[in-house]
Order: sequence, then C-alpha cells, then structure tokens
Amino acid sequence: MLTKRIIACLDVRDGRVVKGVQFRNHRDMGDILELAQRYADEGVDELVFYDITASSDGRVVDKSWVNNVARRINIPFCVAGGIRSIDDARAILNDGADKISVNSPALERPEFISELAEAFGTQCVVVGIDSRLETKDDGSDKYVVYQYTGDETKTISSKRDTVAWAAEAERRGAGEIVLNCMNNDGVKRGYDLTQLRLIREAVTIPVIASGGAGDYAHFADLFETTGIDGGLAASVFHSGQIPIPSLKRFLQDRDIEVRL
Amino acid sequence: MIAIIDSGGANIASVRFALERLGVAGELTADPAVIAAADKVILPGVGAAPVAMAQLEAAGLIECIRGLTQPVLGICLGMQLLFERSQEGDTPLLGLIKGTCRAFDPSAGLTVPHMGWNRLSAVGEAPHPLLSGVDLGAHVYFVHSYAAPVSEDTVASCSYGMDFTALVARGNFMGAQFHPERSGPVGARILGNFLALPQSSDDRLKERLTG
Repeated sequence: MLTKRIIACLDVRDGRVVKGVQFRNHRDMGDILELAQRYADEGVDELVFYDITASSDGRVVDKSWVNNVARRINIPFCVAGGIRSIDDARAILNDGADKISVNSPALERPEFISELAEAFGTQCVVVGIDSRLETKDDGSDKYVVYQYTGDETKTISSKRDTVAWAAEAERRGAGEIVLNCMNNDGVKRGYDLTQLRLIREAVTIPVIASGGAGDYAHFADLFETTGIDGGLAASVFHSGQIPIPSLKRFLQDRDIEVRL
Repeated sequence: MIAIIDSGGANIASVRFALERLGVAGELTADPAVIAAADKVILPGVGAAPVAMAQLEAAGLIECIRGLTQPVLGICLGMQLLFERSQEGDTPLLGLIKGTCRAFDPSAGLTVPHMGWNRLSAVGEAPHPLLSGVDLGAHVYFVHSYAAPVSEDTVASCSYGMDFTALVARGNFMGAQFHPERSGPVGARILGNFLALPQSSDDRLKERLTG
C-alpha cells in the first residue's frame, strides 16, 4: 500500500533555513545541508526547499545548495521559489532536484504549467497554492488564492477561487498540488480539513497539506478524514517538538500506513 | 566503467550522485561506443515514453542498447523502455522484455501519478541477486503514471490498484520502476547489488539470471 508521506518544508532565505508565523517574522532555524541530512536520517519521506524571497524579488533560487543537497541525501526533494522559465526549472532539475514547484509565476501565466509538464513530464511539476478563507460582501465564505506570499508587503489576492485553480492546474499538467492553508499557517491548531477535502475531491493528482500542524493528532486527523496524500510541516519538525520517528510510530499505531 | 545513458532528459544527476555515494563514478554519455564498452549500463529516464524513444532513436542508441551483453539497469521510465510497448502515445519500445505498459486508472479512485513510498514484494522462490539483503516489504520511492504488468520476468512486484512490476530481470537486462537513487538505504542497497553483479562474460551470472 502507498504510504502517507511526511514532508518537511525548509523555508530558505539567503542560504539559511528560516521560519515565520503566518508568513511573517522569519527566524533562523539552521544550515540547509545539516537539516536535510538530519531529516533523511530520521526517515522523513520527502523534503521541500522553498526560497521564500525569490518569487517576490524576481530572483531565481541560488543553485549551489540544490546540487549539494542532491549529492548528499537519498530521498526525494522538491525546490520551490521564483522559477519563472523553462531554463530556471531545467537548471534545478539538472542539479538533481526531483521536482520543481511553481506558485506565483503560474498564477501570472497559467500556460507555464503546461510548458513545464511538456518539457519535463507531469511528475516533476508541483503547483503550490496559497489559499485563504475570505468572507464575500454577501456574507458567504470562499477560498481565494494569494500570490507573492514570500513577502508580506507584496502579498495580494489573485482573486482566483482555490478549487477552480486546483482543477485548472491539474488540467494543465501539474503532477501534484501543495495546498497551503494560510489561515492555519504557523498557528498549530491543525490542518484545514474542510478545505483539504474540497481540493481532494476536485482533482485526482496527489495533494499535500500544508499549514497548521502543531501536534501528532493533527497528522492522524488529516490522514483519517481527508484522503490527502501527505502532510507537510516546518517549525514543529525543525524545533524538535515532533520528532519524525515518533510521529511515524504514532501514525502506525493508529493503523495509518507509513514508512518506518 | 559505469555508463549512464544520457537520453536528453533532466533529472539524471541524481543517479550519478547515488553512484558517487557508493564510491563509484558514473559517466554520463550518449556515445554508442562508450556505452558498448562499459562494464555496466544504467538507462535512467523521466517524462513520456514517446519522447524518450525518439531521443534514443535520434542519438542512434536503439540498436546499441538492444545489443548490450553486460548488466543493464533501467530506472523508472528507463525500465518501461525495456518492454515491448507503452500505451502512452501507443509507443513501440525496445522489446527486450515481454509486456505492455498501461496507465493507472484514476476513475478507480486512485491518485495518479502513483507518487510516494510503497512496498516491494519479492516474486519467485529464490530472491534475485538485486534483492540481496533487502527485507520483504521494504518501502521504495515511486513516481509514475504507467506501469508494466507482472510477468515471468518480474522479480519484485508492488500493488497500487493492481499488481505491477517493480523490479524486472531478463538475462542481463534489469529494471526498477521505483527510483533506487531516491529510496533511502534500501535503494542504495539495490544499486550496490547491481554494481556488484559479475559481468556478462561470467556464465554463472547468465545461469543465475535466466535460470
């Protein structure tokens, strides 16, 4: 049986791993290679490196660490942040990344997703979606996609409906979606299960949950109630609050299929 | 010398790095003479079958690969290319192993691509040398939307909606649907087992592999 994936996200800024709360107040968490190796040794299933400054600064991620990570670790990893062209993506994949993830540039030009899928295959192409629950003028709630979330001063609503955007991303050739629920990010009250279920039902590609994990039970809730393929988290792993091996044993005791 | 066939796709570096971690240098090449002279050959590949076959054709590598007698390991799409056909673009493949690769069916409630860690089940009575030291039920990392059927050449299978070939061997031609270079210590062990295989001039290997 395919296991549920536990994914550690390393937000990268200026070559260091950082983490903020609700995308703000970034705090230094350590060296990229050291953290990557520690996670691989502890049995994390996958790593995502997200250059949180790149997309809004118009820079591409500094590639030297991609190559170093690929040489060092033997689990899959994805690189996100400021990938705006086929050449940007090719350079990162050639350096040894397994997947690239696009977010704001795909919102600016959705055909970019199709071009990436055509060039490298859908399995390499992850679309990251930053989504926030908003109340419309008529009082009803809806999920809206945000862009340029790496920099709070530039963060704006794309006005796109999250469910529709996820479906479009799949249609254009995305091989996976990482759904970051911004209302829950960094506040450790659990994943946004309602929203995740909505997206899970809207597409057939893998969906990874991001934002809100603060306790062991949050991962169990995610896997037991949503059909979501993986749970991504950052600060609870980096701080050592939830060690990967104990999380996996906890999930296994709940009869959730994991890799131990 | 270990030749890694450069079929033009991205994502080949991770195979070379995995060999480096095992203390072996791999040479990335599309030169038929270099490939034919290698001790062992790895055929990696990601992306679509028709594109990969067109690239091998353009590089003049189809007959070169078919004629290899040393151990060859196809990885992911590289494994599928060893088979006869793929439903993907209805593409004729290298035809070294019998069978047609078919797509997973999302209408059966499956998430596609099959992406993540899944279990290997050994097939047959004696485990293939590639599985030496690998625990039954070990998890390895898969990323694919098409899969090869289980056949007499399957040495390990995996289950995702259906049983499919995870590891295949026919004579000197072997293939892994999963990514050993990204499958943690289990994958490293399988790659190490491949590197440790005797060369094809050794008849005992042929006996062992073909039964």
